Amino acid sequence: MTGVRVLVGTRKGAFILTADGKRDTWDVSGPHFAGWEMYHLKGSPADPNRLYASQTSGWFGQQVQRSDDGGKTWQPVGNQFAYEGVPGTHKWYDGTPHPWEFARVWHLEPSLTDPDTVYAGVEDAAIFRSTDGGQTWQELPGLRGHGTGENWQPGAGGMAVHTILLDPTQPGRMYVAISAAGAFRSDDGGQSWRPINRGLKSDFMPDPTAEVGHCVHRIAMHPARPNVLFMQKHWDVMRSDDGGESWHEVSGDLPTDFGFPIDVHAHEPNTIYVVPIKSDSEHFPPDGQLRVYRSRTGGCEWEPLSKGLPQRDCYVNVLRDAMAVDSLDACGVYFGTTGGQVYASADAGDSWAPIVRDLPAVLSVEVQTLP
Amino acid sequence: MIRVVLPAHLRTLARVDGEVTLVVAGPVTQRTVLDALEARYPTLRGTLRDPVSQRRRPLVRFFACREDLSNEPPDATLPDAVATGTEPFLIVGAIAGG
Repeated sequence: MTGVRVLVGTRKGAFILTADGKRDTWDVSGPHFAGWEMYHLKGSPADPNRLYASQTSGWFGQQVQRSDDGGKTWQPVGNQFAYEGVPGTHKWYDGTPHPWEFARVWHLEPSLTDPDTVYAGVEDAAIFRSTDGGQTWQELPGLRGHGTGENWQPGAGGMAVHTILLDPTQPGRMYVAISAAGAFRSDDGGQSWRPINRGLKSDFMPDPTAEVGHCVHRIAMHPARPNVLFMQKHWDVMRSDDGGESWHEVSGDLPTDFGFPIDVHAHEPNTIYVVPIKSDSEHFPPDGQLRVYRSRTGGCEWEPLSKGLPQRDCYVNVLRDAMAVDSLDACGVYFGTTGGQVYASADAGDSWAPIVRDLPAVLSVEVQTLP
Repeated sequence: MIRVVLPAHLRTLARVDGEVTLVVAGPVTQRTVLDALEARYPTLRGTLRDPVSQRRRPLVRFFACREDLSNEPPDATLPDAVATGTEPFLIVGAIAGG
């Protein structure tokens, strides 16, 4: 029977939430890896029982875990992320050169076709690939080495590759986003890269329209229309209609255009979701009201979605990797908060209900639609 | 026989309960004990020492015989009581609030 599996990474472990296609009764499994920071879990599109998870600790470093049975059992795989060649330097917070140092894996993106191939976006910003199910990792050094890397600078949360998008229609085309460097595209499977930030404007930079330095929070794509990209930037919601060659703002009538996640409806490429956050210094919803905003026009015109969400005294945040959609009909939308709630909508955002309310702070949410 | 006590998170990771016992050939030092530990439990590689520099992770501490040995040279000989198994070699995650 068709169902959904929601993979939740939190500050203190991972949780797996499952339901049948009705999505009204949920089973909660976890915590897995209790006490560890679980930055991200994601399943292979080619084999839904193959899951990868990033397990990290400020004390004990990085682990990568793999499951071959949909999260029932896990095995640790490779955790060696060595930068290719002499790592060189990027800019530190004070503008001085700082050596590239691996800290953690922020995001794991399995290949669309091969369960054993998976990409890892890491801090300090770089992309690695494994072709043996996570046992060994090799950097794709063309990202750090294409020329602007020495000018990249961390944001308050560090300097990480946090978004990896694979184009299902053009083999070899992929996108990454880095805070605080910007968006980058490869057309040759990650060997070579170039910045794609034309049209972005960031007033915290000395040159607001510089080629790199933008704090891109998240990029989303619909697989049926991969040339159209949607971006939640530090401030501004942006859209590209040409594979990132240029961007234009679609914040429109949002109450605030600061936020972290952005995602696209599974069946309507022009329907997108964001969670407006008050400001860069106040990481919570405006007026204590948690609202997802939906645009059915690809941006500019937005409607608040609040049914079932707390509308008073709510001061949580929703982090960049903590929103996802399923591909059932109607499309399900899911997000997790720093207050430990995971909310689900089984009607494309019209109404919401918490699946769980009291998890540790949620770092990431991914959804698998199961056959 | 060397007795090693792991912090809770690493016991979970290595799937062990209680103390770990190791046989170390040759001199008993931080390096030879950690090498033997990682050989027996490969999943612990990288958790105690940086995998590239082999330096102790900043928030990991090594205690034995009521002494903090964290900053001793990795090739310094550990106390006889550790080498004979009378006292355990304690691997401790530094305390942190919150």
